[in-house]
Amino acid sequence: MVAAIKEFCLGLHSLATGLAVTLEQFFRRPVTVHYPWEVLELPARYRGHIVLVRDEQTGRLRCIACKMCERICPSDCIVVEGAKLPGESRKSVTEFKLDFTKCSLCGLCVEVCPVDALAFSKRYNLASTRKADYESMDLCELAKAGDAK
Amino acid sequence: MILPEPYRLIAYLVGALAFVGLNAAYLVWLERKVAARFQRRPGPTEVGPAGLLQPIADGLKLLGKQFVVWPHADRVLFRLAPAFVLAPALMCLAVIPFGHALCARDFNLGLLLVFAFGSVNVLAILLGGWASRNKYSVIAAARVVSQNVAYEIPMLLVVTTLLLTAGTMNLRELVQQQAGGVWNWNLVKVWVNPLMPVLFLIFYVCMLAETNRAPFDMAEAESELVAGAFTEYAGMGFGLFFMAEYANIVVGASVATVLFLGGWHSPVGVMPGTFWFLVKLYALVFSVMWVRWTFPRTQFYRLLNLSWKLLIPAGLGALLFTALILKLR
Repeated sequence: MVAAIKEFCLGLHSLATGLAVTLEQFFRRPVTVHYPWEVLELPARYRGHIVLVRDEQTGRLRCIACKMCERICPSDCIVVEGAKLPGESRKSVTEFKLDFTKCSLCGLCVEVCPVDALAFSKRYNLASTRKADYESMDLCELAKAGDAK
Repeated sequence: MILPEPYRLIAYLVGALAFVGLNAAYLVWLERKVAARFQRRPGPTEVGPAGLLQPIADGLKLLGKQFVVWPHADRVLFRLAPAFVLAPALMCLAVIPFGHALCARDFNLGLLLVFAFGSVNVLAILLGGWASRNKYSVIAAARVVSQNVAYEIPMLLVVTTLLLTAGTMNLRELVQQQAGGVWNWNLVKVWVNPLMPVLFLIFYVCMLAETNRAPFDMAEAESELVAGAFTEYAGMGFGLFFMAEYANIVVGASVATVLFLGGWHSPVGVMPGTFWFLVKLYALVFSVMWVRWTFPRTQFYRLLNLSWKLLIPAGLGALLFTALILKLR
């Protein structure tokens, strides 16, 4: 009998504690980020698909089309073509194609690049109804479009 | 002012239907908002400012849906059940005094009427579940009946105990007895009957169980029985069950307000009585939601144990004790 009463009191106490806990949460601010209107800031090392980086002084793409990235890519998803512009000793990139359907975002290309011409983007709102859109992404075009913005 | 007869009836019908409809619509909104706040979400925000037009959008969606009666269902009962579930709640509102002069029918046996019609609700859910001819619905229907039978007893015991000291079943008179400050509300009238707070607690638990609210929502039990007795209902048929759930909560909270919280009497003496009645009513409704979002659903046998092993003995004890002190006084 005493044990039963003790258990009853303990149960009531725990019910009251539960109510207090939820009420405390009730008066706190919601933690939801209201997505389409609010977005979280992405962490500095967020890995989106790779993009070509421009030289800050000249404004040209840094890439020298050395093809190191193409060679090191374990998924074989990069195709680089370059040509020497008249009067220059370095090569310039003419075509940089990324097959994002295969890319595993391992970052070896970014690491291996001798002139730091590659970086991870922070683009994550990627959606398409056609596979082709991500099978062959033209990063040169993307860089131009990015400048236009 | 006393309205003459046919106008009184029309005023009651319009008022009760509007009250029940608005309550159902906006209590759903409130429940979603409250649930969201308990879980630290914002809740509905998209339709209208703060999601205030959400109930209208939901209503339009439900109205636009077909009411499907599937071939194996009992056609007549299946269609009747949603009406049966809502009608008693409307009937109960006829005798509830919302203010000193705001009561559709000043009825001698008001409390009896509320409990008589209150139990029709169970029958309606049983009919709906049975007529659906679906195993989940039938299980839910069986559960609802045993649950409501179990909880009706302690509820009535508690009310009988209260009536021993009050001596009237007229809800208006019950409220009038509680005039004169917070300390005259039945909840805290411990010098009349020291068990008053306990009675309120038992009444509140039974109210949760009678209205099939979490943690006693055995009729719906989404995680176990799909939607319980409402599984086969689509469109406004389901909508009516939903409206009835909230209408029943409002009726339950009103009765609790009348019986224990002093009805329309103001604790501080400002604002009209109806305002205070609604404040108490919605405070109780909020507490019902608060309980829902705090406690998980109990197991079925525990639910019955709580009633048969704890609430009924406690109610009987309270009844005996009260009879004893009344006799010895």
